[in-house]
Amino acid sequence: MKTSKLPNVIFKLLTFGAAICVIVLIVGMLLTLLLESWPALRRFGFFDFLFGRNWNYANQIFGALRPLTGTIISTGLALVMAVPVALGTAVFLVELCPHKLRSGIGTAIELLAAIPSIIYGMWGLFVLAPMLEENFQPLIVGTLGKLPLMGPFFQSHYAGGVNLFTAAVILAIMIIPFIAGIARDAFNQVPPILKESSYGVGATHWETIAQVILPYTKTAVAGGVIIAMGRALGETMAVAYVIGNRHGGLDSIFSPYVTITSVMANEFNEAAGLQMSSLFTLALVLLIANFMVLSLAKYVLRSKFN
Amino acid sequence: MNMDLMTVDNLDFYYGSHRALKAVNMPVVKNAITSLIGPSGCGKTTLLRCFNRMHDLYPGNRYEGAITMRGVNILSKQEDLISLRSRLGMVFQKPTPFPMSVFDNIAYGPRLRKVKNKNILQERVEKALRQAALWDEVKDRLNDNAAGLSGGQQQRLVIARTLAVEPEVILFDESTSALDPISTQKIEELMVELKKDVTILAVTHNMQQAARVSDFTALMYLGELIEYGDTKTIFTRPKHKMTEEYVSGHFG
Repeated sequence: MKTSKLPNVIFKLLTFGAAICVIVLIVGMLLTLLLESWPALRRFGFFDFLFGRNWNYANQIFGALRPLTGTIISTGLALVMAVPVALGTAVFLVELCPHKLRSGIGTAIELLAAIPSIIYGMWGLFVLAPMLEENFQPLIVGTLGKLPLMGPFFQSHYAGGVNLFTAAVILAIMIIPFIAGIARDAFNQVPPILKESSYGVGATHWETIAQVILPYTKTAVAGGVIIAMGRALGETMAVAYVIGNRHGGLDSIFSPYVTITSVMANEFNEAAGLQMSSLFTLALVLLIANFMVLSLAKYVLRSKFN
Repeated sequence: MNMDLMTVDNLDFYYGSHRALKAVNMPVVKNAITSLIGPSGCGKTTLLRCFNRMHDLYPGNRYEGAITMRGVNILSKQEDLISLRSRLGMVFQKPTPFPMSVFDNIAYGPRLRKVKNKNILQERVEKALRQAALWDEVKDRLNDNAAGLSGGQQQRLVIARTLAVEPEVILFDESTSALDPISTQKIEELMVELKKDVTILAVTHNMQQAARVSDFTALMYLGELIEYGDTKTIFTRPKHKMTEEYVSGHFG
């Protein structure tokens, strides 16, 4: 029996080493971010950096407020557009779709998730942006743009179609397959007799979906939405192509703007000194935001089992 | 004085090309309990699910023949399934509380029928819970999630939810198979109590249960109705040898 001990020990050490690697990587990455952002943090302070309006190379003043606002608004808008479409898709696939079409549409949704984000970016820049500018933008400018108070926020000041709204649409298209996929799996888990119980007291299809299936799956669907939100927050290439990269004040959703990721993608090449350090601090802010979103998802999903 | 509420005439049922019911004929007597018994796969649950057209939810299913209720074939294409299912309630193998409060579970059916008045809803909920012998146990926790009730309470909750839409018939699909003996006994007593208001059709694996509670019993085997009669006759002087063997536990 003595001979069999050594392989066991080696195997244990190997797996232990692999697990340690993950932790070392995370700690290393965090350390790098902290070290590199230290000059900017020391100069501006964390909260002054976070809420600083300026991103000015000439004066060497950098603040995250505008990229952070861009990230939050584009992600929020994307969720508002994506959640209804994704839930509708999932409900159709599970409850209404003829069986013959089901696998075809299901595969198409999975393919949508497999498209590399740079391809979304190119398509967004060359096809979607001009299309939205020509067909959709005038519609909003002519209606919401005429409202008092919030009207200016829906007016068009820049040509080209690359703006915050287009970025949100691209993000929405990219996260639809995630939400739809998770929602579909959740709907498939609803016990058939639960649905039959609803039909059994004379409920229609729609009533069963709205009052039994959606409430039954709400935690799983919420988890899916939060995971998609994390993805939208961190999405870089597609957004960098269509956001327009303008470090100005946000005057309209149809104006070019910045997000945390687009600033990082666009400026790392030429940055040095305090600007470089500020980019690292932006990365730190994004990491913290993503960590918070992930924790929220874990919390929401866990509460289901308690 | 027995009156037939429904009659099954030459009913065939197909899952795709598989013929699961073969020329079934039987009456369903009003305000009585009829048990459907037989070994697994004999078609008794398939037959039960014909009555509220549950099979229509899944593609490829087909009926031939008729189930007649007040001169109307409820298997016809013109039948309004929403109204049919509110007249023929169903209770399943496992309790199926909806993910909502006790009150909302019971009010589910009435609300679908656009009952919005709070007082009327409250009356309906209390009446249904009393009928299902659950009122005293849950009257102080109407706003709690129904998932917190015990299995037996959940099953009576489902019965109350069914009763709240005032059905004429309740279909029980092995509704005590997931319950302990005491909860089972309560449901059985409840079924006998409910006879004065509704007609009951119950699928069961439990021979003693069929003998204890039902007025009429039908034995099925391989999709065919072997024998139908009043329960006493089926259990003491059956016409068919197969019935005798099944009720005495020699096969199945």
